[in-house]
Amino acid sequence: MKSEEITALLGEKFGEKVLETRLDGASTWSVIEPTAIREVCGFFRSDERLSMDHLELLGGVDYKDRIEVVYVLYSMKHRHRHILKCRLSREDPRLQSVESVWKVADWHERETYDMFGVAFEGHPNLRRILCPDDWEGYPLRRDYKAPKEYLGMPV
Amino acid sequence: MGVLEGRFEENVLTTSLDWLFNWARSSSPWPLTFGLACCAIEMMAAGAARYDLDRFGAGVYRATPRQSDVMIVAGTVTLKMATRIKRLYEQMAEPRYVISMGSCANNGGPYWQHGYHVLKGVDEIIPVDVYVPGCPPRPEALLEGIIQLQKKIRRETIAKGTKNRVLHEI
Repeated sequence: MKSEEITALLGEKFGEKVLETRLDGASTWSVIEPTAIREVCGFFRSDERLSMDHLELLGGVDYKDRIEVVYVLYSMKHRHRHILKCRLSREDPRLQSVESVWKVADWHERETYDMFGVAFEGHPNLRRILCPDDWEGYPLRRDYKAPKEYLGMPV
Repeated sequence: MGVLEGRFEENVLTTSLDWLFNWARSSSPWPLTFGLACCAIEMMAAGAARYDLDRFGAGVYRATPRQSDVMIVAGTVTLKMATRIKRLYEQMAEPRYVISMGSCANNGGPYWQHGYHVLKGVDEIIPVDVYVPGCPPRPEALLEGIIQLQKKIRRETIAKGTKNRVLHEI
């Protein structure tokens, strides 16, 4: 499917839960209402016309005023790609987990939690994956201050 | 320390034993099998056929710290890994030596300024005998590091006094 068709299908199915769409850039993306992301992803995965069987990337971005979580979806079957974004508040970034849709999202969500502090609701094992378990703060946030020492070791 | 070290004055017997011990130790500095980053690839290359660490008796990578003599810290020492490295070092039997391989292990390297997760030099947690510079060092550089370590081992003595008694001999 072409990008126009994908966004048209998305708009038709979810309507006002799609907050913004961009088609003119190098990649096409849609901003989804955070409370609907699990439902939208399930639709993308299961619908025969879309059949997004591969979650290429799940990651976070800190835009100072908000935190975005980005999903890059790809269909091995139809060879098309689409990007979903969710805009979250910096104070309390919360989002539904899509681990039940794509198994690979498990570690990606753990990484996003580790680096940006996004709490994925419904994730089976949401704990840090790269940093040690007792690490404080979320290192890829823009206001992150590196600690002076860790377990007595100077940083 | 072993049962012999530091118990006798320097005499013909101890100097002869020194020679024997130092010959044995410097001829077989078996490293501990572990690598942390890209330096480990160069370390593997140094151990393989082309550079052949076995020529220096240092090609027998042991899978346990209890059987190892040398710890080659090959790569970036993250804070998470640093606690493990310290434990591995403490599990090694004396005499034990450490080669810090590459800029990351020497002083943090490219992570010096913004590496919130990187220890700025492995010598913050364990004593280092030889520093091998490079990013990553070529296998020849690691060979040079091992040769320097062997020179250092040959200067040791079991007699009372400082460990590196004959520093001028190098």
